[in-house]
Amino acid sequence: MEYDVVIVGGGPAGLSAAIRLKQQDAGIRVCVLEKGSEIGAHILSGAVVDPRALDELIPDWRERDCPLAAVPVTDNRHWFLTKNGKFSVPHWLTPGWMHNKGTYTGSLGNLCRWLAAQAEELGVEIFPGFAAAEMLYDEHGAVRGVATGDMGVGRDGQPKDDYQPGMELHARYTLFAEGARGHLTKQVIAHHALDAASQPQVYGLGLKELWDIAPHKHQPGLVIHTQGWPLSDAYGGGFLYHQADGQVALGFVVGLGYRNPHLSPFGEFQRWKQHPEIRRCLEGGKRISYGARVINEGGWQSVPKLTFPGGALVGCAAGFVNVPRIKGSHTAMKSGMLAAEAAAAALSAGRGGDALDGYEAALRSSWVAKELRMVRNVQPLIARFGAILGTALAGVEMWMRTLGMGLPYTLAHHSDRGLSRKDAARPITYPAPDGVISFDRLSSVFVSNTNHEEDQPVHLHLADPALPIDRNLPLYGEPARLYCPAGVYEVTGQEEGDPRFVINPQNCLHCKTCDIKDPAANITWVTPEGGGGPNYPNM
Amino acid sequence: MKILVPVKRVIDYNAKPRLKPDGSGVDLSNVKMSLNPFDEIAVEEAVRLKEKGVAAEVIVLSVGPAKAVEVLRTALAMGADRAIHVQSDEAVEPLAVAKILKAVAGEEQPGLIILGKQAIDDDCNQTGQMLAGLMGRPQGTFASQVVVDGDSVLVTREIDGGLETVKLALPAIVTTDLRLNEPRYASLPNIMKAKSKPLATRTPADLGVDVTPRLATVKVAEPPVRGAGIKVADADALAAKLKDMGVA
Repeated sequence: MEYDVVIVGGGPAGLSAAIRLKQQDAGIRVCVLEKGSEIGAHILSGAVVDPRALDELIPDWRERDCPLAAVPVTDNRHWFLTKNGKFSVPHWLTPGWMHNKGTYTGSLGNLCRWLAAQAEELGVEIFPGFAAAEMLYDEHGAVRGVATGDMGVGRDGQPKDDYQPGMELHARYTLFAEGARGHLTKQVIAHHALDAASQPQVYGLGLKELWDIAPHKHQPGLVIHTQGWPLSDAYGGGFLYHQADGQVALGFVVGLGYRNPHLSPFGEFQRWKQHPEIRRCLEGGKRISYGARVINEGGWQSVPKLTFPGGALVGCAAGFVNVPRIKGSHTAMKSGMLAAEAAAAALSAGRGGDALDGYEAALRSSWVAKELRMVRNVQPLIARFGAILGTALAGVEMWMRTLGMGLPYTLAHHSDRGLSRKDAARPITYPAPDGVISFDRLSSVFVSNTNHEEDQPVHLHLADPALPIDRNLPLYGEPARLYCPAGVYEVTGQEEGDPRFVINPQNCLHCKTCDIKDPAANITWVTPEGGGGPNYPNM
Repeated sequence: MKILVPVKRVIDYNAKPRLKPDGSGVDLSNVKMSLNPFDEIAVEEAVRLKEKGVAAEVIVLSVGPAKAVEVLRTALAMGADRAIHVQSDEAVEPLAVAKILKAVAGEEQPGLIILGKQAIDDDCNQTGQMLAGLMGRPQGTFASQVVVDGDSVLVTREIDGGLETVKLALPAIVTTDLRLNEPRYASLPNIMKAKSKPLATRTPADLGVDVTPRLATVKVAEPPVRGAGIKVADADALAAKLKDMGVA
């Protein structure tokens, strides 16, 4: 099938690009592919959203039943947690742009559902349940679209009765809006060496739950961020947002640059909920949903070259998260809009299959660039100097740049891959879940509504199938068991002296941690059959 | 011969139903909804009968709110020819749905009406049977095989302890069980084509059907939480436990 623009991924960046294209020229044929069973099914975010890009895209969004308008942020708190207590960080310590003025808290998935409805009204064709599985190149090496995955293939790779071959979607421009660590984005970055001049991308793993809490504890518009306890071998922190309908969204982000192989981001999250200040809010409530997704933390110095012949990267596929503000939706949306404007201009000039240089230039001189340059050293300072000293240094850094006194230096990143040997690292034991406030992985995956067709090829590829047992187990205790937030990876038979590495792909939340954190880069995440994965409601 | 396939938009089978805090029903806000799986099997069977040349046209119908159009488009993408949306924003009970179907069947004169045996949201398992009663036509429920033979249809039914085959004179009503077929995936080109297939919008009123509920929901409650199990050391301990509980 032929389109002017194919967009891979129906998140904030992809949908904003689609809407902007149609706003520029209603005649442009635009198609959005989404691997989730519906728009929003795979979207996971806090979220506190800065509406700057939305104001530019759809200025009257507040009057158009946009669910984000329901809860403006009215009270913003920042806590530094100790084991049993907390210090509140006063507002005057941080620059004004850190205070969440004018922001909204709500479900990013629901914002995407709303954006999809706006896009469809404009004539965008949206295909949920179809995963872009393969890149298509023309004879000159330009991207000419993508192919969707085959449906109805058995675990053995053979077609089943309901086999439905994938489709080629051709486009003059293809926008990759897959979010952090997209599997096609990864290929396209490698193919065109887009990251040759940028720092390596680094990531955090975000875990989130949605709770109904006791009505008398609910204060819509209150948002809380925490640092400190329980993390000591990693940087990161928690969030707790009082949203609409008596619900609280809470979660925890752990930087994946940690070196201790005994660390479990899932375990840290569950432990964090037991802190008296967090537990107090949850007691008497009920958990409704759970999910996990990696987030880009590299910031401006990790943004790769954005364009290549026939396409461009938008949103978290490129990585526009503002780390200290913990926000990337507004920058993602803006990048999609800028790519759309460049693509519309190119199409009207009769171009196609070339690089959208106009997008690269526009993005690098936009408010996205300005905002990200300001905070570019925050993540590396905290990664290097730890939560207390690093945060203090980052605070000084942010003030200096806010006041126009920043020094012209940019700190580098270290890759997330490395781990210490297991006997050289501090052992960590996590408390058993109580089933009331804290839970185990499997009961958590259950409330993510995750499902994959069982009889299909395993979508987690091992370059060397023997490596998990031969190398990862003796050296690191096979860290996949711990970093995976969904219980996909297990080692069985250790007591019998016959250890086996077991993959449960049907549990996969599509968070991409394994593709990042395996010390030997042995695991490659590819897209399973379209429609599989979590079905997040209101996340 | 025309085949009429009524379909319902229901909570997706992967979604975990959650009660509204006030206990008035299941919270469906932003929960994934989809075509009732048994209805999907019914659409598949009708489309296969058309592909075999047995049927000339497959009409799908849904009673429900504006978003019911989504499941009609899914059915059209699977191969149905046209759709009828009977719009109602209120929940419609099985008897009222059966009356609507009878009215539409009067207009369309289908030779076969294939329904899912039940919807996975309310599990009523009533509409097909009520429709057969209202129309005075034969019914073959819980079908695992459907063979049209001239002016009759052979329906293999899944019953306790085995299979039963009934021969029904057409027009007839068939309700589908799980093993009748495996529904196909809708392909991208067919999803595109489905967008331009005809879709008529009706209302219960213009079909002369009163959909006022006859049932009052007293209470909706979650199933009781299962207590934790215990481990016993061996078979003797198990037998002793069962004796204590008075079951052995």
